[in-house]
Amino acid sequence: MFRFVRRLLITALLGGLLGATLVRLGPGFGVDERELDTRLSSESRQAIRAEHAADSNIALFYIRYLNGLLHGDFGFSRSLNRPVADLLKERLPLTLGSLAYGVFGGVSIGFALALLTVWWRGPGVDLIPAALSGICLALPAAVIALLFLWMGAGGRWAIALVVFPHVYRYAKNLLVATYQSPHVLAAQAKGLSTSRIVMAHVLAPAAPQLAALAGISVNLAFGASIPIEVICDTPGVGQLAWKAALDRDLPLLVNITVLVALMTLAANSLADLALNAWRPAK
Amino acid sequence: MTRVQKIALVIVGLVTLASLAAGLLTASSYSEQFRDAISAPPSARFPLGTDELGRDRFARLLYGTRVSLLLAPAAALLSTLIAAIVGGTAGYLGGKWERCVTSGIDLFLSLPWLFLLLAVRALLPLNTSPVTSVIITFLLLGCLGWATPARIIRAGTRTLVHSDFLVQARASGVSGLRLFWRHLLPNLRPILLAQFWVSVPVFILSEANLGLLGLGVSEPLPSWGAMLRELENYSAILQNPWMLAPAALLIAVVCCLQLALRTEDRIPC
Amino acid sequence: MLRTCTAVLFAISLSAQSTNELRFCLRTDPKTFNPLLVEDESSAVVRYLTAGLLIRVNRYTQELEGELASKWKVSENGRRIDFDLRQNVVFSDGTPFSCEDIAYTMRQVMDPALHSPTGDVFRSGAGAVETKCSGPASAMVRFPAPVATLAARFDGVAIVSAHSARKDSAVLGPFIVADYKPGNFVQLHRNPNYWKHDANGKKLPYLDSVRLEIQQNRELELLRFRRNQLDIVNKLDPEMYDRLATEVPRAGVDAGPSLDWEVVFFNQLANSPLPDYKRQWFRSDEFRAAISEAINRDDLCRIVYRGHAQPARGPVSVANRFWLNADLKPPVYSSTSALAKLQQAGFHSSGGALFDRGGHKVEFSMITNAGNKLHERMLALIQQDLAKIGIQLNVVTLDFPSLIERISKNFNYESVLMAFVNVDLDPNEQMNIWLSSADNHQWNPNEKTPETLWEAEIDRLMRAQASAQDPHKRKISFDRVQQIVSEKAPMIFLVNPNALAAVSPNVRNVTPAMLSPQIYWNVDRLTLGGGTVSQR
Repeated sequence: MFRFVRRLLITALLGGLLGATLVRLGPGFGVDERELDTRLSSESRQAIRAEHAADSNIALFYIRYLNGLLHGDFGFSRSLNRPVADLLKERLPLTLGSLAYGVFGGVSIGFALALLTVWWRGPGVDLIPAALSGICLALPAAVIALLFLWMGAGGRWAIALVVFPHVYRYAKNLLVATYQSPHVLAAQAKGLSTSRIVMAHVLAPAAPQLAALAGISVNLAFGASIPIEVICDTPGVGQLAWKAALDRDLPLLVNITVLVALMTLAANSLADLALNAWRPAK
Repeated sequence: MTRVQKIALVIVGLVTLASLAAGLLTASSYSEQFRDAISAPPSARFPLGTDELGRDRFARLLYGTRVSLLLAPAAALLSTLIAAIVGGTAGYLGGKWERCVTSGIDLFLSLPWLFLLLAVRALLPLNTSPVTSVIITFLLLGCLGWATPARIIRAGTRTLVHSDFLVQARASGVSGLRLFWRHLLPNLRPILLAQFWVSVPVFILSEANLGLLGLGVSEPLPSWGAMLRELENYSAILQNPWMLAPAALLIAVVCCLQLALRTEDRIPC
Repeated sequence: MLRTCTAVLFAISLSAQSTNELRFCLRTDPKTFNPLLVEDESSAVVRYLTAGLLIRVNRYTQELEGELASKWKVSENGRRIDFDLRQNVVFSDGTPFSCEDIAYTMRQVMDPALHSPTGDVFRSGAGAVETKCSGPASAMVRFPAPVATLAARFDGVAIVSAHSARKDSAVLGPFIVADYKPGNFVQLHRNPNYWKHDANGKKLPYLDSVRLEIQQNRELELLRFRRNQLDIVNKLDPEMYDRLATEVPRAGVDAGPSLDWEVVFFNQLANSPLPDYKRQWFRSDEFRAAISEAINRDDLCRIVYRGHAQPARGPVSVANRFWLNADLKPPVYSSTSALAKLQQAGFHSSGGALFDRGGHKVEFSMITNAGNKLHERMLALIQQDLAKIGIQLNVVTLDFPSLIERISKNFNYESVLMAFVNVDLDPNEQMNIWLSSADNHQWNPNEKTPETLWEAEIDRLMRAQASAQDPHKRKISFDRVQQIVSEKAPMIFLVNPNALAAVSPNVRNVTPAMLSPQIYWNVDRLTLGGGTVSQR
């Protein structure tokens, strides 16, 4: 357990360093749109440039950041003029709520539809789910978000619609492939009922990979949450990440990268644990 | 091949042919602005009307289809290949190596890859032609989009590695490499194909979202992504429903692709 | 049918609103509530609603009005200003207002460590600012060097309290910040101690509160306006304006041409990382003049702005009647004339493409900020216009920081399409653009000495108009600057977009002005309750 947590933390902090380096080396770092303000005197401009120059040595910046972390100080966001800790505290609950809705909703819908398809096994029974899935895959997250907005339903279900096609597609392929495997045929020949076949002989062997899906869904959901939060103007972490990227706000971005890395690693590691636990004992 | 699959394939084929024969099907070029016919409704001259700059929407749809239909699968292929190699070897080798690669994949997924895209854009010379820049965009998407498929492929590989027939093959003395190529990879095919076909529309849509960041297709080259941006104007669509044509085409093509190229036929009854 | 339904629903929802609260949107969270440190637009809005000023520029008449100063006098050639202060004024927390507050404010504003942009406009020379209080009701402020348009500059200086225990909650303006939920809204309540009364002696403001929703997405903003969740939309895209005009005809307000610029300029630096032959093109006066002629401004206004813009003549908007050089006309669109100019400058056409003397094909890039649909469409039109004379234009949209980096840091760009927001009518606002040594002389900043004769001439004229006091003398100098800019085209001015807004018919006493904020400039006299919007 300790090793697991340690690995998680080290990888997440490594992610933060890489993210910070990316931002530092990327284009547009250290410039400020205030430089286009014609009212500023040259002393003020120098002051602005000096502010940004303070962050230009990435190693020093990261050491300062880690040191701050140990004391509970997450840094100060220049673009929003507030401590990062406050910003995260305000926005995290909202995003986590949306993600939860999105992941559970998407996985449930996708999996249920896939199961239905396998259960009923009629010709053309998968046309409607496939069509739904195709439509949801074909629209940009932004447009789905807009549609929800106009219906007044809010952005959280938009994430579910973005996640479910991937879940449906993969789950269906997996379940069907498992259904076609020899032991299922044998079970059918023995005369077992469909429900028992599906439960014991299809779902069980496929479970580990389905667990991996849960991990992917978290990533998909977070990736979709950024454009959705930006479109719906939800003041969550996704919108914060977007603003931080556009403004090259180093302290903010590093924190968000570490946060996302932690969440991704945690979600995927749990999925892996499920995979390990289900390894067929031979 | 079922009848449904045949029909779906035919539809995709027709759309591809139409896009390749765009020059024959429409007299206007995709960039020519008919400035006296702005936002015109459909007519004999403009089957889908004109957009807000007076460009023939039908011509743009055909040429844009060409861009998206040729490049998104290329990007999907690239990403699936990278994912197969990374995910496949990780799942096959197992143990510490697998944990390492998995952590690496997760790290990669959490990076703000907005910056990778922006950095490449900044490195590109400003005078790159639109065609070159769109190819580079899609290749880049392919190089960045492998992480999620890699995870799924790794999970699938893990299961396969522990499945009966592979254990048996190993027990009968088949060597590692031959095991990988002759026994593992062919059975990975369903998963790889599924990932490939899921990735295609994802790349088309990523290109649309990138357009908002300045990394999309440069003017005047059309693409599905650029045309889908018109959908943001909801009330205009209510009045001009033909603006839904690119979205409808995209949905139709994606659905047909999925129906046509399923690796499993029917569910045995 | 749909239109009628929308209009009816809108009318019904209007009658449902009962509180006297004005609601409109901010694009982003305000970065600060300290009025002396205001740099971004959202903070400026909050400052406008809460600030007590000595002198205000009336956005409608464009005249100076005394607010906290009942009288003022500028002397010593713009170095000194004397104020007669209004009596019996108190801050929102009850602290009395006196000359000491002005002294305190000026000290803060001019503090070099604070780097207040408001202070920077007064910094015409080195040295401290001196404020003398000869009695509680009169103040004298003296600056180290003359400041152009001294009185008008006080329009941005919010007087803060020197003595109040809670300085951030003591304001002299019509409203005071009551609540702030980051990412959501800023709520302001009326200041019960606001000193202004209307003509009938009734206390202002009429409104009980103002609610600023924080909303970046413009489609969403318009949607909320149509659902009657907002009373004003301050900046509308031409497309959305037209859409609104068909659905809710009385709500759209076209305040006429604004002061904003849409300009194209080329990289004219002597040591830019561009190939030599391209640098020669961009530094050639005839080349730039030809490009200016080859762009069809009427089409830009008609197609991109849907008629809600006018072709620009130069650095002064057509709305700025006093400062506009009336002799200037927008460049006439003519591909043939442009081509002739280019041929005179040594270019030649061959096979539909343009080549320079050295045989290089004329091909260059134009960058603009991504996500701005109007700019993208303008670029598409310009691309086609230039293709007519054989020039291949490569359009590149970049995110804003990358764009700024290219035009102010590494100068690795060829040409840019940008928008500039102008707040002030006075050309002094543009000093840092026209002075060749300045940072904002965007096409060739920080020149040690003027590199061309015309730039030297512009330097001389701008300094002349800054030091002159008589507006007509200043106008003569600045007219000449506009003339030179029009001939030499260091910046190619495309259009002056109209200021478009949406106002709910429920809001009374709205008189759209030319200066920003066009709709709520007289916020202390606005009220709600079924009225009409007077059109200009």
